[in-house]
Amino acid sequence: MPITLHHYLVLSALLFTTGLLTILLKRNALAILMGIELLLNSVTLNLVAFNHFSPTPTEDGQIFALFIILIAAAEAAIALAIILNFYNNFSSIDPDRAQTLKG
Amino acid sequence: MTQTLLFYTFATLTAASALGVVLSRNIVRTATCLLFTLLGVAALFILLDAEFLAAVQLLVYAGATLVLILFGVMLTSKNPFTSYQPSRLELLLSLTIAIIFFTSLTAAIHTLPSPPAASESSYSILFLGNALLTDYLIPFELSSLLLLLTMIGAAHLSNPRKPTSNQ
Repeated sequence: MPITLHHYLVLSALLFTTGLLTILLKRNALAILMGIELLLNSVTLNLVAFNHFSPTPTEDGQIFALFIILIAAAEAAIALAIILNFYNNFSSIDPDRAQTLKG
Repeated sequence: MTQTLLFYTFATLTAASALGVVLSRNIVRTATCLLFTLLGVAALFILLDAEFLAAVQLLVYAGATLVLILFGVMLTSKNPFTSYQPSRLELLLSLTIAIIFFTSLTAAIHTLPSPPAASESSYSILFLGNALLTDYLIPFELSSLLLLLTMIGAAHLSNPRKPTSNQ
């Protein structure tokens, strides 16, 4: 039985669901960041799979995936800087404690 | 045949370690499980004829982003093996949302037509480079600007400042 597009899409849906669950269940800003990385990875896998199974030869899906990886790296760097700042102010990275906007 | 076998091997690795990310209680194990998920996705990229993306995935995600997150884990937790226990209501609600989401996604996927296996694409990297320097030149340049802004922003944000006492 050959591997079709559906196999990749179901795997990607599973990855997306686990990322969603990670975001919902963890009480740690870094674990939530890892959940976001899982979500982005599932989208990347989706794009590359669609690119591979497209009827006309194209590279657009891979280009989009490349940009997603780039933006994920930028997002991780900024998120880490914010989390470190938050830790310096509250000595905790529990996102439930981020209740005040006062500086 | 080997394609099928390899797909199932790496898909099992990816799915199992993704479940490990959710289920493991301590943050270091979560990061390790995430590493194996990223490696599995990189292997799947190779199966999908995207060798360059697989290399980028390994270098940028597993090499840089995950190390950055691990540094964050080490810098922020007094005890990295502390665990967080979600309440029963939270667990129930999240699982309900996840199950509804996953079943509706798979149902939607199975209504899609199944396209035939891809046409032969041998010079993936050549086409990728050509596209980046012709059709996608402006996004490519903008992304370099984004990286520069990120670098400045991260350096500015993580600069230790004295708390402002005078209002």
